[in-house]
Amino acid sequence: MQIGEFLRQKVLAVQEYSLMSWAAITNIFRRPFYWEDVYTQSDLIGVGSLPIVMLTGFFTGGVLALQSATTLAQFGAKAVTGELVSLSMIKELGPVLTGLMVSGRNASGMASELGSMQVTEQIDAMRALGTDPLKKLVTPRLISTVMMLFFLTIVSDALGTLGGGLVSITWLRLDASQYFHMAYQFLMYPDILEGLLKPLVFGFIIATVGCFFGMTTRGGTQGVGRSTTQAVVVSSVLIIATDFFISYLMIGIFGR
Amino acid sequence: MSTVDSSTTLAAPEPHSEQHQPAVQFEDVSIGFDGNPVLHNISFQTTSGEMCILLGPAGGGKSILLKLANGLIKPDSGTIRIFGQEISSLPEQELFAIRSNIGMVFQESALFDSLSVRDNVAYRLMQQKDSTEDIDRRVIESLSFVELEDAIDKFPAELSGGMKRRVAIARAIISQPKLLLYDSPTGGLDPITSTTIIQLVMKQRDVYKGSALLVTHRLQDAFMLATHRFNRQTNQMERVPGNGADPNTSIMVLREGRIAFNGSLVELLRSEDPYIKEYLE
Repeated sequence: MQIGEFLRQKVLAVQEYSLMSWAAITNIFRRPFYWEDVYTQSDLIGVGSLPIVMLTGFFTGGVLALQSATTLAQFGAKAVTGELVSLSMIKELGPVLTGLMVSGRNASGMASELGSMQVTEQIDAMRALGTDPLKKLVTPRLISTVMMLFFLTIVSDALGTLGGGLVSITWLRLDASQYFHMAYQFLMYPDILEGLLKPLVFGFIIATVGCFFGMTTRGGTQGVGRSTTQAVVVSSVLIIATDFFISYLMIGIFGR
Repeated sequence: MSTVDSSTTLAAPEPHSEQHQPAVQFEDVSIGFDGNPVLHNISFQTTSGEMCILLGPAGGGKSILLKLANGLIKPDSGTIRIFGQEISSLPEQELFAIRSNIGMVFQESALFDSLSVRDNVAYRLMQQKDSTEDIDRRVIESLSFVELEDAIDKFPAELSGGMKRRVAIARAIISQPKLLLYDSPTGGLDPITSTTIIQLVMKQRDVYKGSALLVTHRLQDAFMLATHRFNRQTNQMERVPGNGADPNTSIMVLREGRIAFNGSLVELLRSEDPYIKEYLE
């Protein structure tokens, strides 16, 4: 009976999440548009996340070069470090790590902000004053996160490749032109496509999961804390799981 | 013979015009949460211009009833009409138009904490894209009504509990709605501040003559509203002459999700119902 009730609640939550996400998407095409909120959120999510994304990307590229060069050197293939770093960064680590960073920073922020509004009846007040909270609060966050994660991932990819290059040149004594030549030469359009498709999906996950847990918060300040934790955990797990399926799909389509 | 003069038709009173519609009408409304019933078959109606005070112990479903009246939650069964318009089955998008005639003061004020007092009060007008001059003029009017013009640039975190309620009232009345819903406007306030808030509610009732539903668990609030009126000359409240009761104020007592009493203050005081007697004592 308890398992049945647990499953029923999970199915209802998935249904509620799907309906909210669908409404958030369709609201993009319905008036009124809250562009001011889109700009504010873009600044908060995009510019606000830039330092952590830059640092993460740079050091991930660096450590990737360091670790892979050690292994590659055993096979006399140290020269392909640039290819390994750029492919890994652009196809996998850039989108996933940026997604996880933004999730930790912004999914939690959205859940706590909307959760606080929910428990203090500000969401109800908004509805009572004739504003659709999904349009005013969720849709701008969705647009901003998808858009900003796309650009943040590009920044992360670039800095990761640069970080890998810096380590390769200064510590591993690789030739700079060789590193960047290898990093560029082996990249193909499907790799770029995969690397740019992922942040769009991850951005959607971060915004909708963060907003969903915020909008469904119950139980006062304790509930806000619970929602915040759940938003980060669920969005992070979904990002990693979705990454697997997108990679699987892209390999199936493009063969790489 | 069957031809009707068009002028006669125009002059004839409309049987379903807003004037003759009850402001709020509940018919067999029930709602529960997680299998626990909260309201059972609630039926009542308030006339246009009437203030209905909902009394009862905490947890009796008073706030839920108020949210139902604003369409913020849907009943499990029954029908709710606001000025004759059935709202219980309307989708959210269609409810926004109806809510433009309803102002609501929430239990804990529910001010937007990231907005200033000016932007909180002006929220509805800003969403309607009214001109800045018009918004500023009406914000000042509303804040003057609650005697809080000086707080216009403050943020909710800088206000006391009583000031927050006054801002919430100013926000609710700025568009001069035909129906006002007050959810425990004096809850958690000290007696002096509570009296100030009740005086504002009374002023709103007697100056604008709108309809209202007011939830409270404080008997003294209900008694004061029913036995006093606002004098615009002295800007003070005063007893209704002859120690009478305000004819436009009725009282409804909720007990465990059911209506235990619905009538005037005089009828309430004369009630022989043991629960009402015990409640009043």
